[in-house]
Amino acid sequence: MTASSDLENGGLPEQADTDGIRTRLLPFMDRFGILLVIVLIGLVMWFLQPDVFFTWRNITNIFKQTAANGMLSIGMFIVILTAGIDLSVGSVLALGMMTLAVANAGGMPWPIVLVLSPLMGIAAGFINGVGITKLRMPHPFIMTLGMLFIARGLANLISGGVPYSGLPDPVRFLGSARIYLGELDGTRLNLPVVFLATIVVYFVFWILLEHTVFGRRIYAIGGNPQAARVSGINVDRMLVAVYTICGFMAGIAGLVMAGRTNSGFPNAGQGMELEAIAAVIIGGASFFGGRGHVLGIFGGVIIMGLIKNGLNLNDVSSFWQQILIGAIIILAVFIDVLRRDLGTRH
Amino acid sequence: MTETATESSRETAGEPLLEARGIYKYFGAVTALRDVSLKLYPGEVLGVVGDNGAGKSTFMKVLSGLHSPSEGTLIFEGKPVHFSSPRDSRELGIEMVYQDLALAGNMNIAENIYLGREPRRKVLGGLLTLSDHKTGLRMAQEHLDNLKIHVKSVEQNVEELSGGQRQAVAIARSTAFRAKVVIMDEPTAALAVKEVGKVLDLISGLKERGISVVIISHRMDDIFYVCDRVMALYHGSNFAEARLEDASRSEVIGWIMGSKEHIGTVAHDRVQ
Repeated sequence: MTASSDLENGGLPEQADTDGIRTRLLPFMDRFGILLVIVLIGLVMWFLQPDVFFTWRNITNIFKQTAANGMLSIGMFIVILTAGIDLSVGSVLALGMMTLAVANAGGMPWPIVLVLSPLMGIAAGFINGVGITKLRMPHPFIMTLGMLFIARGLANLISGGVPYSGLPDPVRFLGSARIYLGELDGTRLNLPVVFLATIVVYFVFWILLEHTVFGRRIYAIGGNPQAARVSGINVDRMLVAVYTICGFMAGIAGLVMAGRTNSGFPNAGQGMELEAIAAVIIGGASFFGGRGHVLGIFGGVIIMGLIKNGLNLNDVSSFWQQILIGAIIILAVFIDVLRRDLGTRH
Repeated sequence: MTETATESSRETAGEPLLEARGIYKYFGAVTALRDVSLKLYPGEVLGVVGDNGAGKSTFMKVLSGLHSPSEGTLIFEGKPVHFSSPRDSRELGIEMVYQDLALAGNMNIAENIYLGREPRRKVLGGLLTLSDHKTGLRMAQEHLDNLKIHVKSVEQNVEELSGGQRQAVAIARSTAFRAKVVIMDEPTAALAVKEVGKVLDLISGLKERGISVVIISHRMDDIFYVCDRVMALYHGSNFAEARLEDASRSEVIGWIMGSKEHIGTVAHDRVQ
């Protein structure tokens, strides 16, 4: 008798402790833990390359290199939030980029050239969304896999499979322009426009997902589509909108990459759909939908960029980069599994 | 349709709130419902029993607008109505609590209660409409207090709740907007024993507020605890119906199995 009551008393404080972890530490780590990881990786890189890593030039470089992935990833994120997937974003990026480059070579005025890539993205995303909902594809994987091939084929078709280079400045603005901030210790501080644009895009997505009815319903669809449906939410229409937005972001990424490289090449963005998925997963989103935050995705994109940059600086072969990214994806999801064990009652 | 009309005038006086007349529902060659009728009076709890496949769930889905009847009419507050989706029935105040509860586990209690009917606020001079989380949390807390449902916080995610708490949230959700009729599909089926009583009390609370409730249940304990009247479906048709004080458990169990025979033999089993 006494033994059992001792056990109960002994069990109580421990219960309170894990409750504290559940209610305070876990939500905090969910949101901001990824920033900690970034700081950690940053410190390691800094330690390995003290002269180069923490320079203005290198940091802005990281942002320039990750911008296209950042645009793709945030679009991919809202798709994954609905428990979907969009495999076509890399190809849609290329299609947008090629449409833009070919139209420019054909003598179209720059304002039209500028909007072509986002428009192609919207069109491809809309077709994805309609295909998934109206053709009742068993999984978004199928529809967007189809679009992966179709968009890549179209990009090659309209360009004859060859790259086009040379774009007017207004078209290149988003991808390559820099804002001069001033001088510090003799170095010119230039802020890439694309960095600002990425921040603005992520802020807009944060408002959308956390503070609009549309965004909250995206989470609801990911959590339980049946609940959303019986609540009177038009799930199909929402999904079409979500895939269209994802396509639009792929088009924006096409514009960014065209600006940065001053060209369009038909095999651009190959494999980038997988990098975007990787960033979203590293950023803490769940493949089953309904989980993850904009800040986390931003973190996931930055982590991918930091690792590539750090390995480049240390002259590590890009083959090792792939291996490391792969390991990190697995590790990130494993941490999430452990976290969930802590967070749920058994 | 046995013996209802005589002494039931006390509570069932006046017009039925919701009435179904001669409902048929076909799925392809299958007839799921055959000439099913129902009358639900204001502030009444009606139990619907029947074996698996007797058509209970289909009938409830017709009442809530998820299925439209192949034949027959629904009459709400004296007027014929036609529902093309649950949204239509809900606008009239007919709510459904689904057996799987239809909650989004990744969202908090308040967001689940107002899912699909989110409070909103305009910002930037009306240019942008945002979801009004603060108002949602406050309304949810008030509503739960009203129903005497206790949770740690309305900001808790639903996946952190026990089965009984989830059921309570689902019921709170169904009554958040001046519901007149709440239809519940097996509200206690998935609950731990100690939670069943709480949910049943919650249902009795709805009745005290003048809300009519239709409950599908397999559990005789539930039926005899909260219901005023019970009706049985058998093979997609009305089989029997009685006020609770005129029915015994074994009688009702007999109805479920399609038999009215042993009414006399087990008369000593009558409850109340």
